[in-house]
Amino acid sequence: MLRYTLKRMASLAVSLAVASLVIFLVVEVAPGDPAAFMLGINAQPETVAALRAELGLDVPKWQRYLDWVGGMLTGDFGTSYTYRTPVADMIADRLQVSLPLALYALALSTLLAFPAGIYAAARRGKAGDLAVMGATQLGVAVPNFWFAMMLVLLFSINLGWFSAGGFPGWEEGLWAGMKALTLPAIALALPQAAILARVMRSSLIDILGEDFMRTARAKGLTRRQALWRHGVRNALIPVLTIIGLQFAFLLAGAIIIEQVFYLPGLGRLIFQSISARDLIVVESVVMLLVFAVIVVNFLVDLAYAAVDPRLRSRT
Amino acid sequence: MSLAEREPAPTPAAARRQALPRSLWIGAALSVVFVAAAALSFIWTPYPVDGMDIPARLQPPSWAHPLGTDHFGRDILSMIMVGARTSIAVALLAVGIGMVVGVPLGLAAAARKGGFLDEIIMRANDLIFAFPAIVIAILITAVFGASAVNAIIAIGIFNIPVFARLTRGGALSLWQREFILAARVAGKSATRISAEHILPNVANLLIVQGTIQFSLGILAEAGLSYVGLGAQPPTPSWGRMLADAQTMVSLAPHVALIPGLAIVLTVLGLNLMGDGLRDLLDPKVRKART
Repeated sequence: MLRYTLKRMASLAVSLAVASLVIFLVVEVAPGDPAAFMLGINAQPETVAALRAELGLDVPKWQRYLDWVGGMLTGDFGTSYTYRTPVADMIADRLQVSLPLALYALALSTLLAFPAGIYAAARRGKAGDLAVMGATQLGVAVPNFWFAMMLVLLFSINLGWFSAGGFPGWEEGLWAGMKALTLPAIALALPQAAILARVMRSSLIDILGEDFMRTARAKGLTRRQALWRHGVRNALIPVLTIIGLQFAFLLAGAIIIEQVFYLPGLGRLIFQSISARDLIVVESVVMLLVFAVIVVNFLVDLAYAAVDPRLRSRT
Repeated sequence: MSLAEREPAPTPAAARRQALPRSLWIGAALSVVFVAAAALSFIWTPYPVDGMDIPARLQPPSWAHPLGTDHFGRDILSMIMVGARTSIAVALLAVGIGMVVGVPLGLAAAARKGGFLDEIIMRANDLIFAFPAIVIAILITAVFGASAVNAIIAIGIFNIPVFARLTRGGALSLWQREFILAARVAGKSATRISAEHILPNVANLLIVQGTIQFSLGILAEAGLSYVGLGAQPPTPSWGRMLADAQTMVSLAPHVALIPGLAIVLTVLGLNLMGDGLRDLLDPKVRKART
């Protein structure tokens, strides 16, 4: 296990290094000089040069890359070109919305998908299964931002149960914050729940065909006992992998959902930064999202290998 | 009906095969409707798509405007038809990029399994997988600005590893087969074998996955143009229509409802067609996927 972990960690480090290089290079080819853009077309060349020096744009590219990566490793993401505040602070501020939103959505999607998937697998081929499968077919076809708009229309405008958007801040209390995130989380969770329910169902169906399930029945367990004690437990392994993958995509998907509800999360930050050509912020937020995907995948792989030793021999 | 005439009870496999065409037909029918609407929009739309008529704005569906009008009094049916064109064009080209780049990479990786090239290609794939389509789009847009072309590139890049992995997986199982060995004995090069024997045999897999990526592309295009990273005005697109509708949703719900339903029905149709095709075209190949 140690050997496997070290190997995976090495490949994790390489992935992160290459990803950061790709992001840096893409942003570097951007036409236009941020300093000139900030000062406008009438700026004096000396002023632009001074600002370039202040922003650290006058050093060679490779050195800027190393500074950027080195800074991120120590928690220093640089200074925003437009706001002149540390990027790390801005990101931390926005994560207070985006991270709870992604976790909330993940919890909802799991709570919805597990019973649906288990129910469908247990009633395979019957009406209940077909109904669940039909619902998931619809769930994957619905764009989450449109679903979000429909939720607003129903629950905010017509019923008045929730506010249509905005975020009061966690200082208003946990309940107020959770309430503001409820509709966005539902919208984000629905398509993921549909996918997860399908995975849960097919995984459980595979397990139900195993010999040990017959043995469980033969030793006198009822159908229900066998399903829960032996079926669901074993079926969970692939499902957990998908949950891990989904978390990263929920964080990225939150970017779009935040636009529907005017939530001050990472998504808003990134769009503001794009229009202000605040590339260092764009660069850092993108790196953070990619970092989340890569690290979560890594952790899932490790957890998987810890559970199933056969996987350790594969890379 | 006498006992002899009664058909034997269908085996599960036969029952499945019989049920297939239904999802395939429903899916194909929905897809054809939208492709036809898009094609028709080149020569005819009920109203000019940019024809504003402010006094007639935000009208609910009526005989004159079957799907109502938007906040500029534009005919929503016409916009949906032209929007279908945008969606289809973006998603189709993105699938094209994914296939044109991904398939040869997958074939090359499988031909030299475990080799240096295989390793590089698979690692690069893993890397691209770490960039969700929205993140690629954000990067490209931040640098080059928002446009439909950049949306195509972003979704296309996202599709590359999907097709590369699928092709590699399918090709790897084929390389073990006797007819490939026969071709090798006959002195054919790996490139020729890949092109003449492997590719035709993974084509089914690619068609099925292509349908699924096509529907995902339509969803992605809608999402990107909703947040302003896709097709720019005046090009109509379903995502943009939804973005415009957002502030109007309490006044005229149909403005938000209709483009969303268009997306749902198209994606649903393509998914059903993909599922149907998968079950129709050789279930054996599906198992061979790694």
